[in-house]
Parts: sequence; C-alpha cells; structure tokens
Amino acid sequence: MELTLWTYEGPPHVGAMRIASSMKDIHYVLHAPQGDTYADLLFTMIERRGQRPPVTYTTFQARDLGGDTAELVKKNIKEAVDRFKPKTLLVGESCTAELIQDQPGALAKGMGFDMPIVNLELPAYSKKENWGASETFYQLTRTLLKEKVSSSEKISPLRWKELGRRPKVNILGPSLLGFRCRDDVIEIQRILSEQGIDTNVVAPLGASPEDIERLIDAEVNVCLYQEIAEASCEWLRRNFGMEYTNTIPIGIKNTIEFINEIHNKLDLPLTNKKELEHKSKLPWYSKSVDSNYLTGKRVFIFGDGTHAIAAAKIAKEELGFEVVGLGTYSREMARQVRATAKDLNVEALITNNYLEVEDAMKKAAPELVLGTQMERHSAKRLGIPCSVISTPMHVQDVPARYSPQMGWEGANVIFDDWVHPLMMGLEEHLIDMFKHDFEFVDGHQSHLGHTATQTKNFINSDEKKEKNSKEGIIWTESGRAELTKVPFFVRGKVKTNTEKYAILRGIPEISDETLYDAKAYFS
Amino acid sequence: MSKVEFNKETGPREVFCGLTSIVWLHRRMPDAFFLVVGSRTCAHLIQSAAGVMIFAEPRFGTAILEEKDLAGLADAHEELDRVVNDLIARRPEIKTLFLVGSCPSEVIKLDLATVAEKLNKRFLGQVRFVNYSGSGIETTFTQGEDGALKALIPLMDSSNEEKLLLVGTLANNVEDRFKKIFKNLGISNIESFPPRQSTELPKIGKNTKVLLTQPYLSDTVRDLKHRGCEIISAPFPLGIEGSTKWFLAAAKAFKISELKVHEIISPLINRSKLALESHKEILKGKRLFLLPESQLEISLARFLHNECEMDLIEVGTPYLNKDLMKEEINLLPDNTKIVEGQHVEKQLDRVRESNPDLVVCGMGLANPLEAEGISTKWSIEMVFSPIHGIDQAADLAGLFSKPLRRNQILTSKTLVTH
Ligand code: SF4
Ligand code: SF4
Repeated sequence: MELTLWTYEGPPHVGAMRIASSMKDIHYVLHAPQGDTYADLLFTMIERRGQRPPVTYTTFQARDLGGDTAELVKKNIKEAVDRFKPKTLLVGESCTAELIQDQPGALAKGMGFDMPIVNLELPAYSKKENWGASETFYQLTRTLLKEKVSSSEKISPLRWKELGRRPKVNILGPSLLGFRCRDDVIEIQRILSEQGIDTNVVAPLGASPEDIERLIDAEVNVCLYQEIAEASCEWLRRNFGMEYTNTIPIGIKNTIEFINEIHNKLDLPLTNKKELEHKSKLPWYSKSVDSNYLTGKRVFIFGDGTHAIAAAKIAKEELGFEVVGLGTYSREMARQVRATAKDLNVEALITNNYLEVEDAMKKAAPELVLGTQMERHSAKRLGIPCSVISTPMHVQDVPARYSPQMGWEGANVIFDDWVHPLMMGLEEHLIDMFKHDFEFVDGHQSHLGHTATQTKNFINSDEKKEKNSKEGIIWTESGRAELTKVPFFVRGKVKTNTEKYAILRGIPEISDETLYDAKAYFS
Repeated sequence: MSKVEFNKETGPREVFCGLTSIVWLHRRMPDAFFLVVGSRTCAHLIQSAAGVMIFAEPRFGTAILEEKDLAGLADAHEELDRVVNDLIARRPEIKTLFLVGSCPSEVIKLDLATVAEKLNKRFLGQVRFVNYSGSGIETTFTQGEDGALKALIPLMDSSNEEKLLLVGTLANNVEDRFKKIFKNLGISNIESFPPRQSTELPKIGKNTKVLLTQPYLSDTVRDLKHRGCEIISAPFPLGIEGSTKWFLAAAKAFKISELKVHEIISPLINRSKLALESHKEILKGKRLFLLPESQLEISLARFLHNECEMDLIEVGTPYLNKDLMKEEINLLPDNTKIVEGQHVEKQLDRVRESNPDLVVCGMGLANPLEAEGISTKWSIEMVFSPIHGIDQAADLAGLFSKPLRRNQILTSKTLVTH
C-alpha cells in the first residue's frame, strides 16, 4: 500500500484514454464503475476539448456483481459499436473491473465484429498512466500492422532515394494531456519540412487507424516523446527495420543534434548548417549582457523524464544555470535521468511522492524551480520562483497562444517562461547595488515582494527546527540579524553555506562574524 | 397533488462516485482526515474533483492498493495499519480518521469495520476511526456524505434535551444566518450535523427535531429515526419558497405561530424578491434540462420553475427517495418529467432533440455541450457554493442566469465588425 496525497500520474486506463481521445475513428469500451467517468473531465475541462472522449463506460454497480457482468459488458460493446461505428475498437478495464475478471477484451473478440479489436490488459495495481498510454499505443500499432510484418521487407532509411521522392518520417508520441504536444508537432513538422523532409503520419495525436497502417510508408520514425512512443518505435524497428531518433529536440543544442541525427539516418546533406543557431533568439538573449545575472543561478528540476532531462541540459549549457537538483516521477525513465544527474554531479530523485520532492527542494535552496504544477505549489510556499515544464496537466498548461517547448520557437518560449519568474537583470543589478537601502529590507523587494515574507517565515520556522537538529547549531541574535540583511533571493544559499561552514569548523553558534567568515571562505 | 411523470433509466452513466463528497467534507471538519482505501483511480478522482492543487497538505489521501495487497487480505490489513501509523505520526492534529471504502476495497472484501475497530482500541483517546463506503458501485457523488454522516451516528451520545438539529453540510455563513433566524423565531438550541469539528458531535434523542438541509441523506435520516429523532417533513431550503416552507415546518414542530415566522422572514423575502428580479428577466421562459448528478436536481427544478419561471424539459436525478422528496415533488408543476438513473447517450439524444436553453450537468459533459451551442451549468458548483436560504435565492438564480447572460454578451452584435 502506498500513501498518496497528490499524484503525478493517473491509472493506466487513463493513459489508454489519452491515446483513444487523441485519435480519430477509435472507440474505447471501458469496463468500469460510474465514478471512473471523472476521467472525461481531464479532456473536456483541462484540455478544454469540445468533444467527449470516445469512451463508453459499462457502469457496473454492486447489484450487478452477483449477476452477469459479462452480459453487461457485451451489451455496452454492442451499443457502442452500433452508435459510434468505430474503425478500431479498444476494450479494457479499470482497476475494479480487473478484480472481477470478466475479460471484456476476449468477450468483444467473440462477438463477431469485423473491425480490429485491441484487447488492453493494463495492470492497474502495478502500472501508471504513462505506461498505460505507451502500452495502448504499442498494442494498437501491433494489431493494425501485424499482418504486414511477414510480407514486408526491412525498410531502409535510404529508400526515399530509390523511390525518387523526398524522405518521409513519422512523428510518434504526441498525445492529449501531453505537455504542449499540439504546438510541438507544428514546430517539428516545420523544421523537418525546411530540411526537405516530409511528415508521413503524426500519431497518436490526430491519427486514424488507417494512418497507423500507413506508418510503414515512412523511412524513419521520430520518437518525440519516449514515455509514449518508444515501445512502438522499438517494435517497428524490430519488425520492419525502421530506425528511430533518440534526440528530443528541446533546446537549441538538442534541436541541432536532432536535425543532425535525422540527416545522418536519412543520408541527407545538411544544407543550411550555419543558419541553425540563428533560428532561435535563445542563444543571443542568453549572451546579451542583461542575462549576466543568470550566471550560476541555482535551479531545481523535477518532471517527467523527457522534459526533466531536456531542462537540465538547457539550464546548464544554454542558460548558464547551476543545476542543484534533478528528478522525475517516471520510473520508466529513471535510468536516463540518473545518467543525466550523474553528469551534473547531483543525485537523481526518483519518486512519486511530492512531499519528498518538496523536502529535496527545500534542502537544495534553489533560486528557481522548474517543475510540475505540484512543484509550483511547493515553490510558492517556499517563496521560490517557479516555471512549469512538465505534466501533470493543468488548465494553465493549455495556453491559447502558440507556445511549443520543442524546436526554435520552443527555445524562445522556454527562455521567456524560465526567466520571467526571476527578476530581470537590470532590476537585480540595481537591488544589488542598493541593497543596504531601507527600500530593500523585507517586504520591499520588487516583483517578488509578496513572497519575501514567506521566505522569511520559511527561514524562521527552519531556525526553530535547526536548534534541535543533530548538529545543534544555533543562530545568535547578531547572526540572525545579519542574515535578514542579505537580499532574500540569495538568503537561502547564504544560510546553507554558513551552516555548512559552521559544521565544518565545529562552530556551535553562528554570529554575524561567522557569516562573514563563511562568505570569505566560499568566495 | 401534481401529476408528475416518473421514469427509470439504466445504462452507462456520467456521474461522480461517492468519494467526491470528501472534497467538501474535509473542509467542513478541519480536524478530520479522509483516508480512501482504494486504487490509483480513486486517488486520481479526488485529485481531479478537487481541481486545483492548492492545499499545502490536503486532509485527504489514498492508501493505494498494490498487487501484493490483493494477494492476501491479512497483508492488506497489516499494510493499512502501517499506512495509518505513518499518517498519524505525520499529522498528530487529526482527531477523526475516516477510512473510506472504494470499489476495489469492496470487491476484495476488505473489512474496514474490523480494521477501524482495532485501530480504535490502539489509538484510544487520541484518534477516532470511522468507516464508510464512497464506492462508485454503491454510491454516487453526494451519497458519500450520507455514508460519512451515517457512520458518525453511533458515536453520538444520547440526550433528551429539546433541540433543532440541522442535518447536511452547509456553508458556514449560511449556517450562521439560519441559526440567527431560528433564534429570532425563538428556537435557541440549534446544532448542526456534521459539526464544524468532528469531535463536537451533537447529542441526540427523542426530543431532537431533525431538519434536513440537503436532500441526499436517506440513510442518515433512517438511522437518526432509529435513535428516536423526529424528522420534520419539509421541502429543502433552496429559493424563497423552499426556505419559507422549511422555516414554517420547523416553527410548526416547535409550536411557533406562522404569524411570527412571517413577521420575521417577510423583510428577507421582500429584499430577496427584489434581488431575484434581474435574474428572472433572463431565466423566464427559458427551457431547462437537468442531467442527474447531485440529487439536488428536483429542488433546483422547483426553484427555477416556480420562482424564475423557467420551463422544465426533464429533471434527472441519480437516485430518488420519494419519501424524502415528497414535499418537493408536490410543488413541481404538472407533468414534470422526472428520470431516475441514467443512460447518458440516450439522455444526450433527448437533450439535443429538445434543444434546451440551459443544461445542468457534470463537468465531463459541459464543454462538449457548449461546443454544440448549448449553455451549461455544472452541478458540482451547487455543492460548493452557499446557495441555501432566502438571502441566497438571487445568488442561486445567478448561477443559472450567468451562462445565459454570458452567451448574450458574446453573441451580441453591438460591436461593428468589418
Ligand atoms: S468509482 Fe470506485 S474505483 Fe472509481 S474512483 Fe470511485 S471508488 Fe474508486
Ligand atoms: S513590482 Fe514594483 S519594482 Fe517590480 S516592476 Fe513592478 S513596480 Fe517596478
């Protein structure tokens, strides 16, 4: 049993709903009690969709349990097929139905329909949403393409040359309730097309079952979101020889690397290599003198695997931040996140518990948090600026304007989204110069003034605990007074450093002098 | 007696399950914690129903069953023990811990009553454990509150003191208003159930006169009757008419003259009627379709027809207790079509056919209906907003006039377009 207050991921059948709802001409019959219909609102409210998800719930009740729930399943399947006439039917169960073992998928297959039926077995007691989405997309791809496996030759990435046309790729992985997927697809298609590469199919977002059957018309697959598409890409590679890309084009360096990777695979010459860096404003904005203040800013990163890894790379290499924490709730991506964390000399945090993340955040005392909506709330409580970079989705993460995360425009969006929660360079510079001015004592700090008091509380309440800590370090009156004079945005760092120094030197009480000693020591 | 048409419908539903009640119950009783024993789906449901993730640490959580818990019930009991211990260590301020059953815990027959009993012994004097089911195979939406309240009744001491007991969760300001009005009427011993602190349960007995504030409390009412309480039969205090009759029924039970009631509430009524006017202007003659969700639908239909002059196309309700709803049904216009249960697809077909001006529905359906050009109001808003009482009648009407007003604004042709 796992105690959860808030969770990052829903159950696996919600992942299946994401695939079904992303696509056309598909219907999903879900054996589930009435309350599980709440999942519809994820799509209609959070994604603001004007359509219901294509899902029929069997809505079994306690009184049905003694009787024939299997008949109820069949009745609902028949009604759904008659009403919605899907080209492919997904059949599955939610956590409760899994326990009563009606095997709705097998029942559906015995009903004599002529459309393909995908029987989804998604273990609800051991797996979660992203896994469910990945498995559904994989099962769907496999079902719709398995007959073509034996007849098909291995697909060479160079086939386009023989056929005398532009190379074609599939873009796999974007789905509803994925972070800014809708806009990422537009951006990536634009980039590919500029490079002379056509998009064959985008899936699951916007694809129909026929489109899935056409996947093998392309030469290469772009695995845009590993959490959802990697299993399918791997199956297509094994069975059709289709190669797929590994680089996620988030950030300038990754976008360039992505373009290079796909060119190498397709043996397509890069025509406009030099121009690439100038496609986005991020590199210049990051170099401009106003950005000087970004140097070494301490950032804490937590999110799904794909976005967390990309964020770490951008933070360090493109914005000059110092990454002081990196983690993910995607256990499936733990290995990759650990590897990235190792490169950055931090320990990866792999957890599903947002309170653990909050604790780690507190300890790392960052100046900026890049996280999910959950971290946004934790950061707010700690008085730290935050930008949201990953699912779980919130209605705020479905903006009306075009705001991809990927490609050139994505890099622009990221620069703005990450930097705006901080103070702008000039502003911070001025505060630094005038920090002894009475204007800049607590409660008077610029934009973030309203959070400053919270910062103070956080430090104060920490102090109370600190007194009882193992190390038994105490802040004296003079020490504490000096600490409050430190501008709030570096106060957390100064505090941690001073304590580190005190422990190092075996100093039991921190006075104003200790603080200056520590400052000298660490500078 | 009106000739109301009753229908029953079965099929796929689109309603929340009883776990959702936790979202308002945990705010009502800040010293309580609601621990759902269920699946990741259950956890995700309350998270989604609670909407925004705004609480530092919510007073509810889920003990998510995992594969190994399903294998053996003994292990599940042990695991639950461990989770509860952790929780109490973390939240020592909790006074009452509700163990809330879910579909999975019921299907595997996890005996939460026994668990609660054991825990009660262990944490005697520190935390009280109570269990009920909010499962979707047993309950819909507001019925979770019925389960939670029913579970508290055995903990209520007996007393023969004469009192008025208001039953059903109300917004605090509404409750304060009611108490003040009752005091002016001469009823001074008033208590609420659920109370604002889970530990301050009212004492009940044969001189307890129960006045319901919410229509979805069938089981609670039955158990209160068993404890000797007298149930005052009345419509529900929604709108001027419902509230007036509700006050009158209470007054009658306390042998207070009708005259006195009118004397005290007529200024409120006059004020409220005035406030209602502007909403009525918008709502009058508009056609209303209520999909089932909160069990408040019948009372809302009565208010929106009788006081706001809307036309009722269909009144859905997830569950109908004809006994409790008797007074309400009597006030409905002739030929009102009440549909208990749901076949969501067929019901939506009827919505489209009848082309209503406004549909009351769950959150999952609202945007799709709006996209079809049909204005909507979410039922969940009714359980979170202060809508009870005479003073709130205009606010209640406002919940329904707003979407219509908004549509008027957005489709108005006052701006010149080129
Ligand atoms: S319907 Fe059942 S399984 Fe679904 S959320 Fe409600 S209690 Fe949990
Ligand atoms: S918050 Fe104050 S200091 Fe900051 S930009 Fe606005 S007015 Fe200027």
